[in-house]
Amino acid sequence: MKKLSLILLSLPVWILLYFNLESITDFLIYNLLGMEKGTHLTETVWFFVFEVPKVLLLLVLIVFGIGIIRTYFSPERTRKLLGGKREFWGNILSANLGIVTPFCSCSAIPLFLGFVEAGIPLGVTFSFLIAAPMVNEVAIVLLFGLFGWETAALYLGTGLLIAIISGWVIGKLKLERYLEDWVKNIEKKDNIEYNEIKYSFEQRLDLGIDAVREIVGKVWLYVVIGIAVGAGVHGYVPQNFLAEMMGKSAWWSVPAAVLLGIPMYSNAAGIVPIVQALIGKGAALGTALAFMMSVIALSLPEMIILKKVLKLPLILTFIGVVGSGIILVGFIFNLIY
Amino acid sequence: MIVKVLGTGCKKCQNLETKVKEVIAKNDVKAEVEKVQEIADIMKYNVMMTPALVINEKVVSTGVIPKDDEILTWLKEGK
Repeated sequence: MKKLSLILLSLPVWILLYFNLESITDFLIYNLLGMEKGTHLTETVWFFVFEVPKVLLLLVLIVFGIGIIRTYFSPERTRKLLGGKREFWGNILSANLGIVTPFCSCSAIPLFLGFVEAGIPLGVTFSFLIAAPMVNEVAIVLLFGLFGWETAALYLGTGLLIAIISGWVIGKLKLERYLEDWVKNIEKKDNIEYNEIKYSFEQRLDLGIDAVREIVGKVWLYVVIGIAVGAGVHGYVPQNFLAEMMGKSAWWSVPAAVLLGIPMYSNAAGIVPIVQALIGKGAALGTALAFMMSVIALSLPEMIILKKVLKLPLILTFIGVVGSGIILVGFIFNLIY
Repeated sequence: MIVKVLGTGCKKCQNLETKVKEVIAKNDVKAEVEKVQEIADIMKYNVMMTPALVINEKVVSTGVIPKDDEILTWLKEGK
């Protein structure tokens, strides 16, 4: 239980650091470095020194928490929960499970086939496959840290909605004929046996720490670079510089942002800080959100992986339906704000 | 004893294979390591998350890279 006490001890340290970051940054910049208030350089440096530890602290905490939650949801268990569910309710359940079930795009194929085997409707499976990458903890943390909880909540809500509705639409379109032939021939089984792997509480903690090591280890550099670029934009790019190109009045900017996002698959980590800085310079929130969703949810490498089980028309429908959903969300956000 | 590493070739799967081989060599366990990369073969084990570790046809872990001592315990149990 040494690990548990160590984790419990680090929590107050975390809280102390997180809630005093502003004064710590002020002290570092103005007192220790003696930088002058109000210059471009000071603003840029301040932004960087404040945002990097803030986002990293949030990332560690949330990734650890989600990592532990995910030990309670195996894909096998999710499959069992979804088995026999009709469309609509199935779509809602499936999208929500997509958030908490561990998922990596390299496992997309065995997962997809496992769902097919259990006779889960295609549309319900898609709700899962859309929600799992789109509503990810790194994106939520960055949005929360850099934009505030309202934006994070809106992202979560609309992301889920897109997953539910897109899956439902794909189900209604009856596209089963566009599964690869060998997938169509997979025998459906009613009660699939599996051995649920049991974890002790200590193992769950370990897996949470593993998740932090794996995810934060992978994204921290993107976060730092993204915030550095964002800090530069923040300090040096003139106000309203982007209002014309990426502002609300330019309606075409939303679909353009979505198209631009498809071939990009760098994780959200590097993009959010830059987007946040751009918004400060007049870009519209809806356009920026649409871009982010497109980068995360519609990634070319995942399409290539899915090509092994889906025929092209189905992949194109998938891109079309999800893309339209994202564009709609972009427009709605631009309208509200 | 036959040890199988199930995975379609992602980085985690390769890491698991290397690790299992290390544990086997270090502890002088008599075991053969086989890689299962064909998706149809992986599905036979009802595995939905790769990499998965199979010892004597029993799935012992999915989706994670287990710790060395865990792998060793399974290897000993599998004998």
